[in-house]
Amino acid sequence: MTQLALVIDLNVCVGCHACVTSCKEWNTSGTAGFMSDYNPYDKDPTGTFFNRVQTFEIGEFPNTQTVHFPKSCLHCEEPPCVPVCPTGASYKRELDGIVLVDYDKCIGCKYCSWACPYGAREIDENQKVMKKCTLCVDRIYDETLPESERKPACVLACPTSARLFGDVNDPESQVSEQIRDNGGYQLMPEWGTKPANHYLPRRKTNITIHRDELTRVDNPLNKERQLPMPGDEEQTLDDIMSW
Amino acid sequence: MHPAFSVIFLTTLIGVGQGLFLALYTGQLYSVIKVLPVQDSHDFYGYGSLLALLFLGAGLFSSFFHLGHPERAWRSATKWKTSWLSREVIVLPAFMGTTFIYAMIQITGWNPVLFALSDDLIVDLSLFIGLVNTLLAFSLFVCTAMIYACIKFLQEWATPLTVVNYTLLGMASGFALSTAFAAMVNSNLVHFYGSWAIVLTISAFITRSASLIRNTKIKYKSSLSSAIGIRHTKINQKAMGAMGGSFNTREYFHGAKPALFKSIKWIFIVLVFIVPILLLTTALATDVSSLFSIAFIVQYTGLLAERWFFFAQANHPQNLYYQTI
Repeated sequence: MTQLALVIDLNVCVGCHACVTSCKEWNTSGTAGFMSDYNPYDKDPTGTFFNRVQTFEIGEFPNTQTVHFPKSCLHCEEPPCVPVCPTGASYKRELDGIVLVDYDKCIGCKYCSWACPYGAREIDENQKVMKKCTLCVDRIYDETLPESERKPACVLACPTSARLFGDVNDPESQVSEQIRDNGGYQLMPEWGTKPANHYLPRRKTNITIHRDELTRVDNPLNKERQLPMPGDEEQTLDDIMSW
Repeated sequence: MHPAFSVIFLTTLIGVGQGLFLALYTGQLYSVIKVLPVQDSHDFYGYGSLLALLFLGAGLFSSFFHLGHPERAWRSATKWKTSWLSREVIVLPAFMGTTFIYAMIQITGWNPVLFALSDDLIVDLSLFIGLVNTLLAFSLFVCTAMIYACIKFLQEWATPLTVVNYTLLGMASGFALSTAFAAMVNSNLVHFYGSWAIVLTISAFITRSASLIRNTKIKYKSSLSSAIGIRHTKINQKAMGAMGGSFNTREYFHGAKPALFKSIKWIFIVLVFIVPILLLTTALATDVSSLFSIAFIVQYTGLLAERWFFFAQANHPQNLYYQTI
């Protein structure tokens, strides 16, 4: 069964919030109604967002890492928000595993937001219905768009390609390969929600060099001794010549 | 969690209504087996269940204020197979309907005998309807409490004690109201109801205290480390992505100062349990009937604080993502 999802590479994310603004721009312009804002240019601005980038500092100075952490609906394979919905407005699509809200059925009781451990859902104060990331479902199947653009807005906007989009249940897909090869993980695995979105951890590339590898043991000059070895402090031909 | 007054009123008001009906039916049942004197069915059971209906109606009315789209509320009866909220939405009107039928049987006096178990034990329609309604009353307690108890990561709520507390607190307040009602109509069941109200309040005190003690010892399964998937003991949030706050910062935090939060716990312990028990005991000893009404009013006020605390105490794991602006 297809399960579309995002894979977010924390090693690459620079925290520019381009995914946040592109998400808001695309989804506020859709046919499902705009994402309302309150006091956008005033004190205490607030509004509906599907995606946010948070920032965490790991460790203590001087050994710190800044981690930018984009968070949106994880499209769980066992979504706890779906069975609690009394109207069936919250549902998971069989076709591609996207968790969606039917805005025409939602009564705005907020129970699903209580049942989501990730805080991925929020009520739109204008439409009075629950909203959350749709994986740009109105975009990824739009055949009027060139195929390369049939991706969520956030994925297209990311300048560092930290966001990948694909079917995590297809072992050959790019996202599955990334999860396998780079230690992709899920958030709060303790609740058994099986989030479809995965995160790739911060990674350092290390190379181990031993001391004896610093000098060339199989240097042919060592063997043939045709030329005298220069002393440690002396110039060699390599220092003065550009080969 | 942020306590919503619509839900606080809903759960406490219908609890009183359910408890009051259970009290009335207990009285009727005891009189059938000749443990208690028979009451005037028209005035006592009839108007008593209409009073219960009044509380249930007020609770239902207040629940609509919780909804973004109250006009679509009927849709919420559809997913009863999976959602406890949906089940509550079905059971509450069913309970109200049956309470109304029960009240009408008592008021009109149209109460045909269904069958007789023996010469003394005659089962009439009101007794049968009352039994059905008793089952509905208990189902409603379970449905209401399970809405909260079924969310496993709200660890303060995810315990059978939640169901026990909703049931016992609802019954205690309902029996307290039935005592006041019996005193008002000069029924001779005042002592029967008063004693039960005390017993139920003490039982609720024991189970609610058990849940308070349990909640102080919770080991939270989620941590900031599991929330963002980075294994480190020192993680500090530097930005939550929204400087002006969002739904996430409004819906899941109670916003009360720690001192107020703590004092509300003691306020409800005093108002729900200690004062009503003292008032009921005094009233039963001195037969001052106005004290029964005061006991109920004090206990109900305390229940509002109790329900506020119940919601505020629940610590949602999403709060891990919202620690610093």
